[in-house]
Amino acid sequence: MSSTVTRTRSPRRLGDLVFSGAAFGASLTILVALAGVAIFLIIQGIPALGAEPSDLNGKPNLLAYTAPLVFGTLWAALIAIVIATPLAIGVALAVSHYAPKRLASPLGYLVDLLAAVPSVVYGLWGIGFLGPRLVPPYEWLDQHLGWLPFFAGPASTTGRTILTAAIVLAIMILPIITAISREIFSQTPRLNEEAALALGATRWEMIRLSVLPYARSGIVSAVMLGLGRAMGETMAVAMVLSASGVVTFNLISATNPSTIAANIALSFADATGLKVNALVATGLVLFVITFVVNFAARAIVSRADRSVSR
Amino acid sequence: MTTTAPPRGETQHHEHVPLRHPRLPRWAPLLVAAMAASAGGLLALSLGWGVVGWVIVAALLHLVGLPLWSRVIENRRAAVDRLVTSLIWIALVIAFIPLVSLLSTVVRNGASELTSTFLNNSMRNVIGEGGGIYHALVGTLLITLGATVISVPIGLMTSIYLVEYGALSRLASAIRFLVDVMTGIPSIVAGLFAFALFALLTGDPGIHFGFGGSVALSLLMIPIVVRSAEEMLKLVPTDLREASYALGVPKWRTIVRVVLPTALSGIITGVTLAIARVIGETAPLLIIAGSTDSVNFDLFHDQMATLPVFIYYSYTQPGLNPEISRGYAWGAALVLIIIVMALNAIARIVGRFFAPRTGR
Repeated sequence: MSSTVTRTRSPRRLGDLVFSGAAFGASLTILVALAGVAIFLIIQGIPALGAEPSDLNGKPNLLAYTAPLVFGTLWAALIAIVIATPLAIGVALAVSHYAPKRLASPLGYLVDLLAAVPSVVYGLWGIGFLGPRLVPPYEWLDQHLGWLPFFAGPASTTGRTILTAAIVLAIMILPIITAISREIFSQTPRLNEEAALALGATRWEMIRLSVLPYARSGIVSAVMLGLGRAMGETMAVAMVLSASGVVTFNLISATNPSTIAANIALSFADATGLKVNALVATGLVLFVITFVVNFAARAIVSRADRSVSR
Repeated sequence: MTTTAPPRGETQHHEHVPLRHPRLPRWAPLLVAAMAASAGGLLALSLGWGVVGWVIVAALLHLVGLPLWSRVIENRRAAVDRLVTSLIWIALVIAFIPLVSLLSTVVRNGASELTSTFLNNSMRNVIGEGGGIYHALVGTLLITLGATVISVPIGLMTSIYLVEYGALSRLASAIRFLVDVMTGIPSIVAGLFAFALFALLTGDPGIHFGFGGSVALSLLMIPIVVRSAEEMLKLVPTDLREASYALGVPKWRTIVRVVLPTALSGIITGVTLAIARVIGETAPLLIIAGSTDSVNFDLFHDQMATLPVFIYYSYTQPGLNPEISRGYAWGAALVLIIIVMALNAIARIVGRFFAPRTGR
């Protein structure tokens, strides 16, 4: 574009200067905001290092206060990912490779609707509808699979367990994993697919041989983005989970680990003094964890993009 | 996809290869599904299971039956293919169950609440019946409006920088990357940020006000606006820009008068979707905007009720009349869902009917 024969620079116009400056300034604002998140959380979080046990639910120091919450956050997100990933890949394949062309985009739109539902409504549904209906299955699991540590019970009578919370989380992250996987599946080179089919592969063999290898890094990053979303999700967990802050792998009992986000939402309104700082400090931990996960996921995506475009 | 002939089974390398292997008829999956459904129904009726048990048993029977039949008539590879096909359709059905269940639960529980009393009254001095969500509606609309006013200029200018000025520069790709990462910031962290910022600025350790909520929401909204606007600006044909430059129009006027109008419908769609995304956010508002029973039109002073926070407190801290309060929660949830769905529909309509005329 810039290679004209004799390039005479046009005089810098005031409008151009102002406009490009504004555009540049807006971009910098974003960077400043992102840095600001970290800086202000650190400033407000640091006083919590000197917090007394009375400010930390009786825990001796900030680390002992945060560790069970980190465990709960990772555990709930992990279960949600285990539930959501196979479903999401199935749905993405259904939309990209199985559904008739005419159905594909309405189906995709319906999946996107799942993402449009506000999280507080998911929480309401989880506590008011899903939880009570999961009590019988939990009792069944307790009786028949109670020898597994996951189902050691005693089964919750309200259904407000970490498994219920994870199921709600799984539903909430399903659309994000589906959307990204679907995008990547439909970008599979047509020739690879046709070649597999021409060699006599069945549809599933074609997908296994050409679509899945092509989409592998995309799926990984989609799952990681879902993981980040699940770890940061607040309201659904805060409402559904009956949390007591323990560290346990038991999925169906009435005493459950809490998550960082849910703990902040539940305790913030009544918190004063150093309690607030302690909550902000846990928020900083959450920010760092989700930032790292998202950073890694986006790095994988952008590397994959580059290798595809070459 | 549909025109591709189905595979013919394993090739064999001796003389009398049959040209056609036996295949199950086209209606085989439907037949097996119907048989599985009726067999499951019989079992469920005789053993007294509910609909859920019936569906699960029918799905399992289908998952076993169809591949077995295929294994006998066709071959192993075709059987695996049919198994996977069934699994994928079942995954799709499972994914829609929560959507249907959630929408129907909210409509069933919330529809009876939607009266003019409910929409036109606040909860001020209300104990028991007669209250409403007017104060929460006002708060939600004002705070979201504030977030939009902050996010759209910043988001739009950033996307203009990314497309028109930065393009492929290192700084632009760094910003693009960080904006992507920013989409993953947990909403509660955005709330804590707004709280930490304003608590420091004002020196009030228990700060609650609506505009803080707007700032928190804009942190979540900006990346969505940037990404969608960037996509739209990229779609504007370079010819248009070059035609404008050739007429001697300065770059900034080209952007304002040529590029933006061409991409306008797409940008509006993106902004609307971004609003729909943040209007239901609860966690940041719980922290920085607080909650009140009264109508508050002032974004800069005092606590402000919002719909999501109202839903949360009405259900989890129902007070003296749990039945009535929970009813309010469902009613407010229905209103919130209607707002979100309406915004989504508007975005689609704008996107479809005012699509840019790119001279196709």
